[in-house]
Amino acid sequence: MNIPFTEHTLENGLRVILHEDHRLPAVAVNVWYHVGSKNEQPGRTGFAHLFEHLMFEGSEHYDRGYFHPLQEAGAALNGSTNSDRTNYWEVVPTNSLELALWMESDRMGYLLPALTVQKFENQRDVVLNERRQNYENRPYGLAGAAITAALFPPAHPYHWLTIGEIADLNAASFEDVRAFFQTYYHPANASLVVAGDIDPSHALDRVAAYFGEIPAGPKPLPLTVDAAVADEVRLVLEDRVELPRLYLSWHSPAMFAPGDAEMDLVADLVANGKASRLYRALVYERRLATEVAAFQNSRELAGFWQVMATAAPGHSLAELDDAITDELARLLDEGPEQDELDRGRAQVETQFVFRLQTLGGFGGKSDQLNAYSVFVNDPGFFERDLARYERVSAQDLHSAAQRFVRRDRRVALSVVPKGSRSLALPGSVAADVS
Amino acid sequence: MTPVDRTRLPAVGPSLPVRFPDVHKDRLDNHVALWSAPHRGLPVVTFMLLFPFGSAADFEGYEGLAALTADMLDEGTGDRSAVEVNAEFGRLGTHLDTDVGADATVLALTCLSRYAPRALSLMAELVVRPRLAEADFERLRSLRLSRLIQIRDVPSAIADRAFMQLVYGAHPYAHMALGTEEALRQITLEDVRAFHRRNYAPASATLVAAGEIDGASLRAFAQEAFRDWHADDHQTLPDPALVPPPAAPAHRLALVNKAGAAQSEIRIGGVGLTRNTPDYHPLIVLNMVLGGQFVSRINMKLRQEKGLTYGARSGFDFRRGRGPFILQTSVQTDRTADAVNEALAELQAIASDRPPTGEELETAKAALTKGYARNFETSDQIARAITQLVLYGLSDDYFDTFAAKVSKVDIEQATRVARAHLDVTKLTTAVVADATLVGPQLTASGVGEAVPLLPRL
Repeated sequence: MNIPFTEHTLENGLRVILHEDHRLPAVAVNVWYHVGSKNEQPGRTGFAHLFEHLMFEGSEHYDRGYFHPLQEAGAALNGSTNSDRTNYWEVVPTNSLELALWMESDRMGYLLPALTVQKFENQRDVVLNERRQNYENRPYGLAGAAITAALFPPAHPYHWLTIGEIADLNAASFEDVRAFFQTYYHPANASLVVAGDIDPSHALDRVAAYFGEIPAGPKPLPLTVDAAVADEVRLVLEDRVELPRLYLSWHSPAMFAPGDAEMDLVADLVANGKASRLYRALVYERRLATEVAAFQNSRELAGFWQVMATAAPGHSLAELDDAITDELARLLDEGPEQDELDRGRAQVETQFVFRLQTLGGFGGKSDQLNAYSVFVNDPGFFERDLARYERVSAQDLHSAAQRFVRRDRRVALSVVPKGSRSLALPGSVAADVS
Repeated sequence: MTPVDRTRLPAVGPSLPVRFPDVHKDRLDNHVALWSAPHRGLPVVTFMLLFPFGSAADFEGYEGLAALTADMLDEGTGDRSAVEVNAEFGRLGTHLDTDVGADATVLALTCLSRYAPRALSLMAELVVRPRLAEADFERLRSLRLSRLIQIRDVPSAIADRAFMQLVYGAHPYAHMALGTEEALRQITLEDVRAFHRRNYAPASATLVAAGEIDGASLRAFAQEAFRDWHADDHQTLPDPALVPPPAAPAHRLALVNKAGAAQSEIRIGGVGLTRNTPDYHPLIVLNMVLGGQFVSRINMKLRQEKGLTYGARSGFDFRRGRGPFILQTSVQTDRTADAVNEALAELQAIASDRPPTGEELETAKAALTKGYARNFETSDQIARAITQLVLYGLSDDYFDTFAAKVSKVDIEQATRVARAHLDVTKLTTAVVADATLVGPQLTASGVGEAVPLLPRL
C-alpha cells in the first residue's frame, strides 16, 4: 500500500512530485509553502493566514480574484494555513491542468505587483470576521488559544493561534506583505504535487515551463525550540456556554517523532467511540459527562496530548477531573489490553486505505505527498508512516503513556459559564485570551 | 517545452463526459431492496441502509423521536451491550454513522472489503433486533437534553431553528431532528419501541452498496445478514412531507437576542420547492449565480466588496416535500443592518431588474458541470448518490444526463424561475444578535421593526 510517485527538483529549488491515477478525468494541483504561524513574531501574529487570503486576490498577469476562472473551468479550490505550513490546491478537469499551473505559478512568481492597500484592508476585515465567527462567537471557541498560550512560553512559535490576535491583525501593515512574500514564497521553500489523470513527462514539461522561470530565494532556516511545563497549571476561561468543560493538556512528541504514533493510539483507546475507556466510565457508566474526546496534536516542532470532557448537568469539573485521572492512572498502572491495541491498529489500517481514495483537496493523495515531502523530506513516507503504527506493542503504548501523561505536569483549563468561576477546578487563575 | 504566454489565461477544454457506474438492483425474499454499484481500485466497501422516513415522521408532541430511535440502535443487541457492539465495530476497523434528516434515515459504514460481511451482519443485527433497553434510553435521552441546553449558546443553531419555526409553523419540517426539550421529556421507551416496530420494516429498507463489491456478493452477504427479518405489522404511512406548508405572509423580521454575541447570524428565505420540481435544474443554476459559489453575487458583495463577513451563501434544500430556500451568513455586529439590506437587495434584483446575465449563466453552468466527475470519486460518494436515486425516485440515467440538462438552462428560464420562486416581499428574515446593538440599527436603516423571538428548544 503506497502512493507511487516520481520526484524532480527544478534548478530554482522547487520540488515537483508527480503521481498518476486515471480513475477520474481530473488532476489535483497542490502547493505547500513551508511557512505558517510558527514563523511569525509576538506582536505580529495572524500574518501568515492573512497572507494566504491575499494569494486569492490576483497576481501581476491576472489581477482579479482567482476563484472566477478556476470555478468556471470546473475546479474546486481552496487554501489553508496552520502553525507549520500553508497549502493551496485546485482539482481541475484533465483538460484544464494548464490553467491551474498558469495561475499557481503566477502567484508564486508575480504576486506583489498586483497587491494594493485596498485588497489588503478588505481581506483583513474578512479575517477579523472569520475570527469572530469561528472563535469568538462559538462556544468554547477560545479554549485553544488559552491552552497553547499556557503550554508554550510567549516567545515560542506555538504560543499563539494561527488566526492571530485582534490587535496584531489591526496593526499588520501593507509593508509587511513584501518582506513576508520575499522570505517565504519562492520555489526553494515550496513543494508542488501534480496528481491524477496526467502523462508524467508532459506534466513535468509544463511545470518546468511555468515554474522554472521563477527566481530562487534563500531557504529559511529551520526553527528549533524547546518548551516544557514544569508543574500543573490551572486556568479558567469564562465563556457564553451552558455546560462547563475541562481540557487537560500535556506536552507530547512532535509529528513523526518517537512516541507520536503511540500517543495517537493512546488517544484512541482513551476516548474514541463508545467502547473507549473514558466514554465507558464517564458517559456510559457514571454519567458525569455528556462527551469526551482525546487527541494527539502533533505538529512539526512539538506536540501536545489532550483530553476534553463536558460536564453533564449537575456534575462538577472536579468530579470529571477525578474520574479522568482515575482512568488514566489505571492505564498507566496496568497498560492497555491487547484487544484495545488490535482495535486501534485495525482502525489505523482502515484510515490509511481510506486516505488513498481522494486525489485532491485537504487530506487527499496530493496533500499527503506534500506533507511527507515538507515534513520528512520524503514523499514516499506513506508505508513507513503506517509501519510506525503497525510495530507498536502494548508495552510501547504503556511506556509512552507513562512518560507523557503526568498529573504534575499538565495544563488544566476549565471553561465555565460567564459569572460562574467557582465551577472551575479549585485554584484556577484567569486565562489570558485576547 | 512550449513557452509560457502570460498575456492571457490558457484556454480550457470542453466538458468531459461523466459515466456513473451501472446500478444493479435486486430484492431479497423479505422485500429488502438491494442497490449496488461497483467502484474498483481500493479494497473498500460502503454500505448504506436507507429508510424513507426521518424527522418529518415525528408526530406532533414527539419531536425528536425518529432521531432518538435511530440513536438507540447501536446501544446493544441480544446479550451484547453498546460497549461490546462498538468494540466489535472497532475490531472491524470501522464505526456506524447514523444520520436522520427530514426525509430519511441512513445508517452507513465504510470498511475494508475483508470485513464487509461481518460489518454488514452487525449493522443488520442492530437494526433488526436492537435491545432498546430502559437504562440506555434514559442515558441517551439525557444526553440529547444536554445537547439542547448547549445549543442555546450556538448562535448558528439558534438561527436555523428560529428561521425554520417561523417559516414552517406547524409543518413537520419546522423542527430539527434533535427535537425539543418538552417532547423529549415526554417520549417513553415504549414510544421508541413502537416507532421502531412500525417503521424499521424490510419492505421500506433499501441496502445500498458501493466499492469493491458486486450484485452477487451483496445478495449473498445481505441474505445472511437479514435472514431473520420479517415484516410484522408494517403499514405504509402517508408521507408527512407532503402536508402543504403555510403560505408566506408579507416580509417579516425577527430578532433573537444573544447578549454579548461577537457577530450576528442572519437567515433570509422561505418555503422552497420539492426535489421533483420541473424547475430543479434552472433553480440550481440560478442559485449558483445568486449565492451558490464563491464568486456568487451575495458572497462577492458581502465578503469581497464590503468585508463584513467571512462568507455568505444561499441554497434550495430540495426535499420530498417543499424544503426551504435559505440565504445565510454571519456578519459583524455593527454592520448587521447593512448586510440584511444588501442581501435583500440582491434577492430583489435577481428577480426583477438584474436577472442573471449570459456571462453569469455560462460561469454557473460550467462550474456545475465541468467538475461533476469529482462527485463520484469515493465509494462513499457513489453510495450517497444512489440513496438520492432511491429516495427521490430519480431516473437511472440521472447522473449521466445531469450536465446536459444544466447546459440547456437559458437566460429566459433562469429569469422565469427567479421571478416565480423568489418573492422578496414574502421572505422571512431571522437574526440572532445582541439585540440592544442590532435592534435600533435595523429600525434606523429601514429594514423594519424587528419582532423579538425566542425559538422553541
